[in-house]
Amino acid sequence: MMKLREKLDQLKKPFAKGAKWERFAPSVNAFDTFLFVPNHTTHKGAHIRDAVDLKRTMVTVIIALVPALLYGIYNTGYQYFIQTSEAFTFIDAFLHGAIKILPMIAVSYGVGLAIEFAFAVYRGHEVNEGYLVTGLLIPMIMPVDIPLWMVGLSVAFAVLIAKEAFGGTGMNILNPALTARAFAFFAYPTYMSGNKVWVSEASNVDGISGETILGSLASGAEVNYSMFEMFSGAIPGSIAETSTLWVLVGAAILIFTGVGSWRIMLGSVLGAAGMGFLFNLWGANALMDFSWFNHLIVGGFAFGVVFMATDPVSAAQTQKGKWIYGVLVGVLCILIRVFNPAYPEGVMLAILLMNVFAPTIDHYVIEANINKRKKRSLKTAAVQTA
Amino acid sequence: MRSELDKFAVQNSIVNMSTDIKIRKGLQLKLKGAASNIIKRAPQTNNYALKPTDFHGVFPKLLVKEGQSVKAGEPLFYSKYQDKIKFVSPVSGTLKEVQRGAKRKILNLFIEADSKQSALKHKLPKLENITADQTRELLLASGNWPFIKQRPYDVIANPDSKPKAIFVSAYASAPLSADFDIVLDGQQEAFQTGIDMLAKLAPKVHLSISSQSDSFLSCVTNCELHRVSGPHPAGNVGVQIHHIDPINTGEIVWTVGAEDVANIGRFFLTGTFDASRTIAVSGSPVAQPKYYKTTIGASIAPILEDAEADQNTSLRIINGDVLTGVATTQDSHLSYYNNTLSVLPEGNRYRMFGWLPFVGSSIHSMSKTSLSWLFPKRQYAPDTNMNGEERALVVTGEMERVFPMDIYPMQLLKACMAQDIEKMENLGIYEVAPEDFALIDYSSSSKIEAQAIVREALDLMITEVG
Repeated sequence: MMKLREKLDQLKKPFAKGAKWERFAPSVNAFDTFLFVPNHTTHKGAHIRDAVDLKRTMVTVIIALVPALLYGIYNTGYQYFIQTSEAFTFIDAFLHGAIKILPMIAVSYGVGLAIEFAFAVYRGHEVNEGYLVTGLLIPMIMPVDIPLWMVGLSVAFAVLIAKEAFGGTGMNILNPALTARAFAFFAYPTYMSGNKVWVSEASNVDGISGETILGSLASGAEVNYSMFEMFSGAIPGSIAETSTLWVLVGAAILIFTGVGSWRIMLGSVLGAAGMGFLFNLWGANALMDFSWFNHLIVGGFAFGVVFMATDPVSAAQTQKGKWIYGVLVGVLCILIRVFNPAYPEGVMLAILLMNVFAPTIDHYVIEANINKRKKRSLKTAAVQTA
Repeated sequence: MRSELDKFAVQNSIVNMSTDIKIRKGLQLKLKGAASNIIKRAPQTNNYALKPTDFHGVFPKLLVKEGQSVKAGEPLFYSKYQDKIKFVSPVSGTLKEVQRGAKRKILNLFIEADSKQSALKHKLPKLENITADQTRELLLASGNWPFIKQRPYDVIANPDSKPKAIFVSAYASAPLSADFDIVLDGQQEAFQTGIDMLAKLAPKVHLSISSQSDSFLSCVTNCELHRVSGPHPAGNVGVQIHHIDPINTGEIVWTVGAEDVANIGRFFLTGTFDASRTIAVSGSPVAQPKYYKTTIGASIAPILEDAEADQNTSLRIINGDVLTGVATTQDSHLSYYNNTLSVLPEGNRYRMFGWLPFVGSSIHSMSKTSLSWLFPKRQYAPDTNMNGEERALVVTGEMERVFPMDIYPMQLLKACMAQDIEKMENLGIYEVAPEDFALIDYSSSSKIEAQAIVREALDLMITEVG
């Protein structure tokens, strides 16, 4: 270990302060700090520090994403093989998915990290770890057959416009991963919606069609999937969003470690369930009749609520605000699903919309705290003059 | 001893109503090397120093020259912008050297103590008849005033201000810090006198003690007693003020350290400035952590040697506790205010893959991304490693976990960084001091320097608002 350390220190010499490539130090530091937690000691403030850092926090989110990702890879192959009625093994399905999805992840990380590194060097700060999560989320919420260049372009749009333009990590209003999806959704609608994109090779092989459940409901068609299939995720959809089961495993990891806000997750589920229940009572069309608990397990609701709505930067930041934000994400998601047949999946737009409103929610929560303090001041002032 | 205390308690039970304050948010960090309940007289030294840097915001104007001999209690310098506030020598001796740093800033006044001590004596009227103004003038003239600090701003109190109350916290909750039951042992008369004199300066004196305290502190009269329980920062006077009688815009409160109250009391009993100090020497590299009776400004080295601090590793010596103290060197001197001298191993080492979750649970973490929560009783021996690098603020809700006030800490910090004075006021800047943010420094996953940010913001408020 010490050998490796010495070698690294040797390699980093040209990037040291005052040396030739000092400007590019953040790009080598980004790799170095993944090998070793640096030897930096405290210089001001508390002399001891907690073991947690942003790397650990972000990697925990990635760990939480892995179950859904692995299932998504398998399901990609599974959907393809059952549609083509070929005989297949678990390995076949998994390999089919991996060949499709790993290049998408590579493109997402390649393009996104290149931009992140460039901005870190340009702004003279270290590379933030946030993109490690965003970069994995983006392919996970795309349809499997989307061309790689579209993935790259969506990533570039999201990182540049949704994140860096606002000042980088911690400053963005919108969730970058959802912004990438929204960009692709509105720029290339034929690749992002309809009944030919959700199953691998559907647009090339005539025999394959794969409508998502929400898509069929919106067009008034019958739904032929059992509740178990919806819950386990053996249904067509974006790559890793289909399996509520494995998303819940991720949710458990996030809630247990405290990295994801359970308030937002629970708020969203309550909001969606309540809204779904109201529509069930109304029951004017097939979507309204779709039972409220099924709303929770189809489409991207679970995935969006667990992994995207809880993004601490773009969500509400106060405890009370998180409840309000969460409930409204749930309510809006079902509203959009039911009233907007053009957008059968409502969770993306619901979260993005609430991202925009999160600062407003926080503003009112904090304003209440400020008013309480002001009132206290006025009260004591009144007592003193009396 | 016990029966005497009990008798005392019974005598005073009628006048002494106490309230309970329970703090839930915070962190009780258990560290190795806590001082054992032994008080020892510190080894003799003739090497003392008074550090003007201990007094935040004070511009020292010297009253003595190098080579001049001074008595204990004789003023060495005064504050340029508050010339009534004088800073006196803790011992009698010769002013050996005035050490200056960049821009001729005075860092140390080195004093070589005489073998035979002599002290400046003040004439005191009868204590019962002393008026508030007399008390104030005596405190200023004798050099006791710097013991009195004020909120807002956490600086030495302005003698012309009218505080709504004086707060004394005799509950130290920070890790490894001195227990005031031990520090104040045998100082009952001085402490009570100190409280009595402070009571002349403000309409109310609040004394907070640990709910576990079994010393004379629960019998102190002439003040409102509060029994505080809960994790750190429950012992912080700022947290107690917030729960007892929060500071509103335009209001001022004064705060005095618990042992400083006894020092003030002894001055009024004897007429001489009392610089005695009891400190807990603690930390994992200290083989014999215990309490020492010593004097403000005493040389640190002999004390560390006596406590058998490990000299083979590189050490961080801290005047104060590990969360809020000031780093110093072994050849340096005790600060003016601290009752704790903490020693930590330096942490300038690399840890391979140390960022992985659930790896290396020997380093404490509040977050459940480490397994250290499985061992709630474990004692840790932290070093000074940052355990990561500074990053943008991403995670929300973690600051609130260690901030037991009805204030939004992250929003306040952001207002401080943006130097938005109106927002800072609205969000409660007047109620806080840097020390209240110490656990945010500790637990932040973005490794932000919250205490430094708050200190800078308070200094900005002093210049802009006053």
